Amino acid sequence: MGQRDYSPFGADAKRAVESGLTAAEWYHTDVPRKVMKDLMARSDSPAIRDTVLLYGLMIAFAGAGIALWPTLWSLPFWLAYGVLYGSASDSRWHECSHGTAFRTPWMNNAVYEISSFMIMRNSATWRWSHARHHSETYIVGRDPEIAVMRPTVLAKLILNFFGIIDVITFFPNLIRNAVAGPTAAEKTFVPQSEWAKVQRVAQIHLAIYAATVALAIALGSILPLMVIGLPRIYGAWHHVMTGLLQHGGLADNVIDHRLNSRTVYMNPISRFIYWNMNYHVEHHMFPMVPYHALPRLHETIKADLPAPNRSIAEGFAEMWPALKRQLFQEDYFLKRELPPTAKPYREDFHQYVPGMMAPKAAE
Amino acid sequence: MPWIDACATDAIDEEDLIRFDHGGATYAIYHGVDGKFYATAGMCTHEHVHLCDGLVMDFMIECPKHNGQFDYRTGEAMRAPVCVNLKTFPVKVDGNRVLIEVP
Ligand code: FES
Repeated sequence: MGQRDYSPFGADAKRAVESGLTAAEWYHTDVPRKVMKDLMARSDSPAIRDTVLLYGLMIAFAGAGIALWPTLWSLPFWLAYGVLYGSASDSRWHECSHGTAFRTPWMNNAVYEISSFMIMRNSATWRWSHARHHSETYIVGRDPEIAVMRPTVLAKLILNFFGIIDVITFFPNLIRNAVAGPTAAEKTFVPQSEWAKVQRVAQIHLAIYAATVALAIALGSILPLMVIGLPRIYGAWHHVMTGLLQHGGLADNVIDHRLNSRTVYMNPISRFIYWNMNYHVEHHMFPMVPYHALPRLHETIKADLPAPNRSIAEGFAEMWPALKRQLFQEDYFLKRELPPTAKPYREDFHQYVPGMMAPKAAE
Repeated sequence: MPWIDACATDAIDEEDLIRFDHGGATYAIYHGVDGKFYATAGMCTHEHVHLCDGLVMDFMIECPKHNGQFDYRTGEAMRAPVCVNLKTFPVKVDGNRVLIEVP
């Protein structure tokens, strides 16, 4: 396929539209309607429990961090607080953007706005980018949320374990949004009716950061920034670690989530932080199913999916060599075995873009 | 506009919907929580996706692709990413049959 062009205005984006790839129907495992209805059912209680626990822990850890500041004893509390601020906010943002976490809409919206702020995303922009990520998952030039572009830039990946690239790109964009609304690229997926909202949200976020910095200057201490802003850097590693596993090393330009997404079994703490998004093939195939029902969905459809990785470490052991190989062989990707019970991958499904799913590129 | 026999009343569970295709068009027929039947266009107004795989909650239909929501009684778009309202169609029940009036 040659050098990929990830720009929404580039040749690959154009080719994906012209070839019909963007309008193509995605593969879905057959699930009886009654079973699916039961899996899709919404409930407030699991997310209320998890949210009270999350915000309660954040208050406790930040309180301990402040009380012990500036001694080294405060460090473990900041590390714990940071992961909840800089990583759990990613999964809360994600699930609430789908509106599936809670049954009650205002609860989804409230947690969505708070977590958007913490994870440094404009809540009005990213709702739309994520819709595109679901319609056109890992279609080059069309999906604005491709975490690992090819050829892999390893330095960028590593810096982002500390949120460095995200934060560096976030603030100029925040100021631009606050002053002039969405950028030209953002306008390709945010409808015009929402442009004013993008600007308003950016102004609110900017005002909070400005107040925090002003307080830090007034106190002559970075303590206020340890609570607001900096945890997006020192606590980002967990969401980057789990986020890379979602699609890293797998196929792009395909319309079967079994080929471009990865399910990984994880320990209970990571699953709490990640809100069960480790069942990522399942989530992409059926985004209507709330996070708390994903383990049940997994049990229902696993016979039709590649075997999940059994741990985060095993997932990385599979993905990392593939990412390294993509450094010099851009078209390479991992094509995982399906169990004999699964419907086979339909190669004819994937002939839209020349070079896509070229057999020699896959293993 | 003609009334078309779409399905039996017991073909749709309460708080659920089915897809109904007629004359080259596709519709969604709902059995509401109030026991009444409703009909809308069968495709989401955001992208080309059938609503029949979505979730009915109270008077809301949630699209299976990006969780956009419509009030299926009025067709009103209620939750992003849907912005354009859904067309609705008159429905009546005749005996144990559901009929919809289509263009
Ligand atoms: S296709 Fe229905 S919400 Fe996007």
